[in-house]
Amino acid sequence: MTELTKKRPEFRNINAFKDLTTYRLPPAGWVSILHRASGGLMFILLPLIVWMFDTSVSSELSFDTFSAAFSTGLGFIPGWFFKLVVLAIIWAYLHHLIAGVRHLYMDSFHAVSKAFGKSSALVTLVLSIGLTVVLGAKLFGLY
Amino acid sequence: MSVNYGSKRVVTGAHYGLRDWLAQRITAALMAVFTLIVVLQVLFTSGPIGYESWAGIFAAQWMKALTFAVFLALTYHVWVGMRDIWMDYVKPAGIRLALHVFTIVWLLSCLGWAVQVLWRL
Repeated sequence: MTELTKKRPEFRNINAFKDLTTYRLPPAGWVSILHRASGGLMFILLPLIVWMFDTSVSSELSFDTFSAAFSTGLGFIPGWFFKLVVLAIIWAYLHHLIAGVRHLYMDSFHAVSKAFGKSSALVTLVLSIGLTVVLGAKLFGLY
Repeated sequence: MSVNYGSKRVVTGAHYGLRDWLAQRITAALMAVFTLIVVLQVLFTSGPIGYESWAGIFAAQWMKALTFAVFLALTYHVWVGMRDIWMDYVKPAGIRLALHVFTIVWLLSCLGWAVQVLWRL
């Protein structure tokens, strides 16, 4: 009874910095909010993605501009910063893809249980971050 | 939850039904398959990837047709997803409508550009 009568905190106007940081999200919650964040990020960066498609396939000359963006930079944007933005796109794409496959799998096989939700969420996070590290190392020329 | 159906439908709401939900999943599956096709073609290219081999992947007619379909799928997919985000976080109908219009213009502009690139390959 003591648990029930104890007044629980009530949030009305949520302060993004004070309240959100106190939320304890389970792995499936992290996958969920990151799915949304990664989708929103790719929406914002969509013109950059089309620009990369344009310059990389249009001509030899534009391909050189595309490659140079990663090394010497593009206009006032230095190469390392360009690489960082592309790394963010790589992560966003990987996370969105893997979390999306998880969604489709759950929809198709009705694989909805607390245990599967947790284990598949952990697999999603490990795979997406792991692949991002591997591809990021390649992007920054570590191997 | 306030009533938002019948005569109380919100002008900036979703299409109260299965269609968008299903479309988002089908377009997602198509893009996943497309990703696999591009990755496989890159992996099976012998030697380092230069302009010729990279542009060559998209120059094949079947690949052009498929890429075009994927661009359309992507546009619809992102529209459904972004609309969900606006519907969750932006409550005033006027601001939400403006964001919907921005989303559509943003997406169609990118789509037109991408198709233009594809067409002149």
